[in-house]
Amino acid sequence: MSIGIAARIARRELRGGLHGFRVFLACLALGIAAIAAVGTVRSSLESGLASEGATLLGGDAEIELTYRFASAPERQWMDSISSQVSEIADFRSMASVERDGEPRQGLTQVKAVDDAYPIYGNVVLAPDMSLDTALIGTGGLPGAVMDRVLVERLGLAIGEPFKIAGESFVLSAILVKEPDNATGSFTLGPRTIIGLPAARQVNLLRAGTLFETGYRLALPDGTNLDALKSAADAAIQGGGFRWHDRRNGAPGVTRFVDRLATFLIIVGLAGLIVGGVGVSASVRSYLDEKVPVIATLRTIGAEGRTVFQVYLLQIGALSGLGIAIGLVLGAGLPMILAPLIEAQLPFRAEITLVPRALAEAGVYGVLVALMFSVWPVARAENIRAATLFRDATLGLTGWPRPRYIAVSLLLLVALIAFAALFTGEARMTLWSAVGLGGAFLALAAIALLVRVLARRLSKIDFLRRFPSLHLALGAVGGPGGEAMSIVLSLGLGLTVLAGVGQMDANLRGAIARDLPKVAPLFFVVDVQPDQIEGYRTRIAEIAGVEKIRIAPMLRGVITRINGRPAAEVAGDHWVISGDRGLTYSAEQPEGTKITEGTWWPKDYTGPPQISFAAQEAEEIGLKLGDTLTINVLGRDITAEITSFRDVDFSNAGMGFVLAMNPAALAGAPHSYISTIYGKGEAEVPIMRALTRAFPNVTAINVRSAIERVGSVLKGIAAAVTLGAVVTLSTGVVVLIGAAAAGERARTYEAAILKTLGATRGVVISSFLLRSAILGAAAGGVAILAGSLSAWAVMHFVMETDYAFEPVSAFVIVGAGVAVTLLAGLAFSLRALNARPSGVLRARE
Amino acid sequence: MAIISLRGVGLCLAGNAGSVEVLRNISLSVEQGETVGLVGPSGSGKSSLLMLLGGLERATSGSVQVLGNDLGTMNEDALARFRREHMGVVFQSFHLIPTMTALENVATPLELAGARDAKERAHGELESVGLADRAGHYPSQLSGGEQQRVALARAGVARPDILLADEPTGNLDGTTGHVIMDLLFDLNQRHGTTLVLVTHASDLAARCSRVVELRDGQVVQPDLASVTA
Repeated sequence: MSIGIAARIARRELRGGLHGFRVFLACLALGIAAIAAVGTVRSSLESGLASEGATLLGGDAEIELTYRFASAPERQWMDSISSQVSEIADFRSMASVERDGEPRQGLTQVKAVDDAYPIYGNVVLAPDMSLDTALIGTGGLPGAVMDRVLVERLGLAIGEPFKIAGESFVLSAILVKEPDNATGSFTLGPRTIIGLPAARQVNLLRAGTLFETGYRLALPDGTNLDALKSAADAAIQGGGFRWHDRRNGAPGVTRFVDRLATFLIIVGLAGLIVGGVGVSASVRSYLDEKVPVIATLRTIGAEGRTVFQVYLLQIGALSGLGIAIGLVLGAGLPMILAPLIEAQLPFRAEITLVPRALAEAGVYGVLVALMFSVWPVARAENIRAATLFRDATLGLTGWPRPRYIAVSLLLLVALIAFAALFTGEARMTLWSAVGLGGAFLALAAIALLVRVLARRLSKIDFLRRFPSLHLALGAVGGPGGEAMSIVLSLGLGLTVLAGVGQMDANLRGAIARDLPKVAPLFFVVDVQPDQIEGYRTRIAEIAGVEKIRIAPMLRGVITRINGRPAAEVAGDHWVISGDRGLTYSAEQPEGTKITEGTWWPKDYTGPPQISFAAQEAEEIGLKLGDTLTINVLGRDITAEITSFRDVDFSNAGMGFVLAMNPAALAGAPHSYISTIYGKGEAEVPIMRALTRAFPNVTAINVRSAIERVGSVLKGIAAAVTLGAVVTLSTGVVVLIGAAAAGERARTYEAAILKTLGATRGVVISSFLLRSAILGAAAGGVAILAGSLSAWAVMHFVMETDYAFEPVSAFVIVGAGVAVTLLAGLAFSLRALNARPSGVLRARE
Repeated sequence: MAIISLRGVGLCLAGNAGSVEVLRNISLSVEQGETVGLVGPSGSGKSSLLMLLGGLERATSGSVQVLGNDLGTMNEDALARFRREHMGVVFQSFHLIPTMTALENVATPLELAGARDAKERAHGELESVGLADRAGHYPSQLSGGEQQRVALARAGVARPDILLADEPTGNLDGTTGHVIMDLLFDLNQRHGTTLVLVTHASDLAARCSRVVELRDGQVVQPDLASVTA
């Protein structure tokens, strides 16, 4: 029997139209649209980041140093390998202006640039002028350009003087676009650009100030970047530098886009799986209606395989339609919204049609549609011709043949494999699959349990006194009940929603929950050694200040552990991935707890010793007696670990991974950092005192910094919520579909019950109780499974604490169950209003 | 020569409330070209016996031989192929496929058998039941009598050796019923098709060359042919 005959019969069968397939199409289309849209935006952003790599970085490669400028030989080497070198210095400071005798100030991220800046891209200013012109300045003051946010905060006018760390500049223009800034305004301080010669002249970059320098290199075509990086290791003193190149000009942004997109695609896939339950239910209900046709085909000689082919081809054609609708939506929506999305981005990215993203979404769609269709279609093979002579109980029941079970499993494996391949996040995909699979099994088990319990309870004589409950229990526990499909579709949908809800609430709550009780009011950096005494006295006398902590602060890179390159020992642990804050102290600082070893004696002057953060040491695998080589300002210091101590990084206070004995760092120029604790009313006087008496220091208002970080987290949470909305929509479609599919059976049931004397009240409350029983079972599992998945994501992916958020959990699950109840009620009312005589006569 | 031979056939159907013995120890033989009417009260097992003959149901005891093949040894697909090649079935409720036109309904068995001239032959068959002008109509656009004529054309189009009919006039008025009866017996006379039909209609039974009566799952008039066979 050729497939051609099956195709011909399938085509004829499809003439019946799309009746009964609206849910099928909606489920597939919604899930695929979400995945295709996320993929399209992600690919567009990534290609934007890749093509703009050099511009975003500011050069083909960048060598970043901490605290210091390149030495003459280093600079000579850079010049020798580049066609052009641009030097910049970046530091955080305070911009201030006098208004009505009162200082008004704001934190700013200052970039001091040379004439060569920017090598790639353009700086856009308002009013329109070149950066060189703007930085010349007027009236004897050097010029500066500043982000509009800060200009407005300070109330500055173009041409007006202001101060940075106590030094005067004049505002020449507003900074509209900075080409080498992929993070846009997601920094604690808005940007100010000044000239590097001016910064040096007024001594803003003196030794001990916390600043970073960047050397952007324009390289000849064909330069081997990897070889050049190796050459830099030898040419830059001690290797204490960070390397970036155009292949990944904005690594932080790329990583962020990748992670978020992967997460959203997995949420989308979960939505598609929820949709799969709807697909399966639609196929089952379609085939249920087709039982007589299938039996007729069997009677006139169709083999089981032919029946399978006929219906799989039909489902295939409909899947094609659903997938096409999804792809059109998924490709179209981002393009329609492109102007809005592009305007939000700090770099140039063009949202275009991305065939690869659409192909990936299409593959997901085909796999999910097949996976959820093969099983019910394969069961159609079991339909026997004898069905025509008897009731349809001989219809769509039993297990499909083993080969189809194997095909279903293969499809599942293929789906997981493709998801891992496409997202590049095998672990996250696998764990998501395990989570969803676990939830699926738990729901199936609870559905079976509910059916068994309902059947048992319905036999209890006492419950017969409550006819509605008795009828509901009978319906839930009876044969051919809808318990399994409702609990599965509702439960899976609610699990994903509850999980996303928990993550959302945790993200939003993390900062607010953990920090403010213990956080300081201000975090102050760049206090110079000669200012320390005056600073301590001046701040301490302000009313409301409760505690001041001060510590010397340097920065260093751990380059070697026990003589071996640090990366070989510690992999990509964050402690060795860049430069870290480093302090020294003769005495054990107040509040520190030594967990192992001992603090050095007060007057210790022997070989350098280190006290290391206990938890991080354990993660890296350090033990007492190990040696670390730390590059501080280009000088290598090798020291022995003599103690471990507890460090709490979560309270925004001072947390140093590394502390050394004072003699080890003697002579290294450095400044101090300080935290000020106290009551809220002290904020304004502290700020005023700092600006007047210590204009060079930078004070970070912890509360507003937390708010800033919070607003970024809220942005992430909003994206997650958007993903959840798609899942929710699919879930609602599945539920309404399930309620609609059951309408015919309910109408018949209501007709019989009314004929037997049941009032409308009894019938309707029995229907409602049935939905409530199934909803409660699905909701219970959803809260458990959703919380578990949220804990896993928060713990393993976001690496933060998880706290169960009961309000979110119960509101989401409650609303989901309410939707089921309402959908069930809406369809039940129609069933209830049908006249029994009409229904029963039509059934004969 | 017996084209159908049943020996000691029994049929038990399992249900939730236990098993029901539908047919008991039935022995029956049908010669080629014979027309046999199965009669009896409702629930006597007539339709079940017809299903056994068509391989639509499996006997739980005894043997069912059709055209020398033991249906009990064949699997579902082999039975489907056997029906496709040797049998036609007509139902009381017609069971036409609603999404196919009259012509397509009739052509389907031929298509399933891989015939290249399926449409032409189906058209000829529709002509023979007087419905050539309705070939492009869907079942819902046809009257009950017309639907049964299409079903009859579908059952006879592959020139089966045996035609099984389950109360073929049960859903039709008297006049239309007679048209269907004429067509059924015409098939038998023109092509020598063996006809086994279940009916409550005494005039239809009277036209059969032999009548077998069932009561409580048993043949009440012992079939002499099978006894001597």
